[in-house]
Amino acid sequence: MAPTVSGVAFAILAALCVGGAVGMLVARNIVHAAFWLLEVTIASAGLFLLLDADYVAIVQLLVYAVAVAILMIFSIMITLRRIEDAVRPRDFSAVAAALSTVFCASMLWVLRAFPQAPSQELPAVAPDVAALGKLLFSAQGWSLPFEIASLILTAALVGAVWWTKEGDE
Amino acid sequence: MRVGVEPFLMLAAVLFSLGLYGALSKKATVQLLMSLELMSIAVNINLVALSRFVTPQTMEGLFFAIFTMVVSAAEIGLGLGLVLAIYRQARTSEVTNLTELKG
Repeated sequence: MAPTVSGVAFAILAALCVGGAVGMLVARNIVHAAFWLLEVTIASAGLFLLLDADYVAIVQLLVYAVAVAILMIFSIMITLRRIEDAVRPRDFSAVAAALSTVFCASMLWVLRAFPQAPSQELPAVAPDVAALGKLLFSAQGWSLPFEIASLILTAALVGAVWWTKEGDE
Repeated sequence: MRVGVEPFLMLAAVLFSLGLYGALSKKATVQLLMSLELMSIAVNINLVALSRFVTPQTMEGLFFAIFTMVVSAAEIGLGLGLVLAIYRQARTSEVTNLTELKG
């Protein structure tokens, strides 16, 4: 029997993702919005688990759900510390809504119009973490991009510290 | 019930559009960064789903998703650093108040 993605689990996680995204957009309190984003990241980590991508799911939880959420909360705490700043006025933008609706509709139309023929069946071979690690650190594989990624992270960290340090302006 | 790759792509399209709406309409810079984050989550769902369904052996989509996460973590760190720097200069981080360069 070919492996399948459970439809019920997918439906629940997809509803959690979309619901959390909508909640993030309509939340008036910006701290609530940050927690809705946290919920979306956790639900999408569940989707990654559903797709047998254990490593990506764990990284998603560690990086987004922990590190980014803490960063968000801290910068809300520093820049929007008064309650009048943190509770936003209702901002509905018709132009933005129209643009994103058009974008969404065209994407869904493209998906309908050009069906992905070879990808309806879930392939039997599931990628596991050991194979992923071997490919990630092999010289023929992804070790050079991996090193470049660490360089990018270092540069970004140093840049962020440089920008935010107390300077003599 | 059998779920192919298309429901995942549709979900990612919807999430990306919601993030696009937020990025175009929100006024607080932190909210803008949250919307960008939502868009990158949608892209990652696409990459992981396509990797699982199309190239399960070579896992190219997974590697792209990992590198997307690296870049977007860097982007969030720099973005929030920028928000703090702007706040120190202007005592506000509203997008509508950043009009110093306006002609």
